[in-house]
Amino acid sequence: MYQWDFGILWSYRWLFLNGLGVTVGFTIVIVVCGLLFGLLGAFGSLSRFRTLRLGALAFIEVFRCTPILVQLIWFYYALPILAGVEMTPITASALALSLYGGSFYSEIIRGGIVSIDRGQSEAGAALGMTPSQTMRRIVLPQAIKRMIPALMNQSIIQFKNTSLVSVLAVPDLVYQSQVAAHDSYRPLETYTAVAVAYAAILIPLTIIVRRGEKQLAVSE
Amino acid sequence: MSETPKIEIRGLRKSFGSNAVLKNINLDVAKGGVVALIGPSGSGKSTLLRCINLLVVPDGGSVRVGDTRFAFGDGSKLPDVKTLAAFRATTGMVFQHFNLFPHMTTLQNVMEGPITVRRMAKTDAETLARAQLAKVGLAEKADQYPATLSGGQKQRVAIARALAMEPDVMLFDEATSALDPELVGEVLNVIQQLASEGMTMVIVTHEIAFAREVADRLIFMRDGIVVEEGPARQVIDNPQEAATRTFLSHFHRSGALPPANAVP
Repeated sequence: MYQWDFGILWSYRWLFLNGLGVTVGFTIVIVVCGLLFGLLGAFGSLSRFRTLRLGALAFIEVFRCTPILVQLIWFYYALPILAGVEMTPITASALALSLYGGSFYSEIIRGGIVSIDRGQSEAGAALGMTPSQTMRRIVLPQAIKRMIPALMNQSIIQFKNTSLVSVLAVPDLVYQSQVAAHDSYRPLETYTAVAVAYAAILIPLTIIVRRGEKQLAVSE
Repeated sequence: MSETPKIEIRGLRKSFGSNAVLKNINLDVAKGGVVALIGPSGSGKSTLLRCINLLVVPDGGSVRVGDTRFAFGDGSKLPDVKTLAAFRATTGMVFQHFNLFPHMTTLQNVMEGPITVRRMAKTDAETLARAQLAKVGLAEKADQYPATLSGGQKQRVAIARALAMEPDVMLFDEATSALDPELVGEVLNVIQQLASEGMTMVIVTHEIAFAREVADRLIFMRDGIVVEEGPARQVIDNPQEAATRTFLSHFHRSGALPPANAVP
């Protein structure tokens, strides 16, 4: 029978906290940048101009249909060789994760916008609004309400995806726990603690999402 | 008609793919005139109405409302979004399915046009919006959301929203077709009131009795052409064309407003 000893982890607490800080900070960056890419992708795919639509579609499908682990390695190792673009592991992984998340956000945002009844934009147009005024004042406020649960869900996935940056030696929570596990010879305790840390942050978030969905159901 | 008409449509054509929906339509509406467009579904009457405020862009012909004229077809450039928006601001439109903005209160719905399009100060827009809501008899519903209103109330808010732009022309696209029968009257009353105030209106409707009562001219359309046109009472009471007669035979024809009084 295995003898659990979580006490041993106490001496690595600063390492863990450090890693957790990197993980949370990283998530904030890739969610914000990902949403920006997502907005660009969504508006691109809804554009009147064919070139923009095709460009957006290419971006979405390339990043949505390839594994994030491959993208991370590709951005860090392949870009310097193929394009001469050198990046720090942090920049490379932030860019890859933002684009990967952005491709999914694009589809969520696009779906939210097209789910709004055509009559809404017609009513805006009939009042004399320009298409961009109609989008800002009429369509987006309604669409965002519908997008929020899916956007939150994707952001939770993004939070967990940050664990993959450890392959590029970015010192996130998983990377630091690898260090601790090797040092302490206690991988079971270490990775269990890591899992608990992720869940402790995410479970309250999922409760908020669920509550939001319920409120949404009431107001519609 | 010695005066120049308020609305003038010449040689209007529109196709969706290979389906010609409007074939060479001509239409004049005098200032203060009320024209009813009737006809079976698929006759092109809604498309014609939507061409008047260019919600549907015609393939050929010309549309003039007031002093603004647009020509379409070979060699004419499509108007840009700003020009279109400014033009639409002068015509009010009421839709079959109301199309109220569900994320705004009734008052905000009516204030939206004046604030966003006419750049009116918020307090002025509110005064205007409250006056329009009072006009359609819904002053006390100002702070409610559309979801809490009945169909008839929603449509009256939609009329108030269009009127808040102080348009020269009002277009009604089957404004009562989505309503329960007992709610139709309250909306028709508002339209009738507008007619008596001299608003220029084009009304697509299936309410033949109402058209007879309120419209001064009536246009019967079928398959994208105007089959018969004339004074509303004359066309309804004494249609000249066989197609018009067939269509009208589906309705109570006597035209008295509560159809219950009609003698068959």
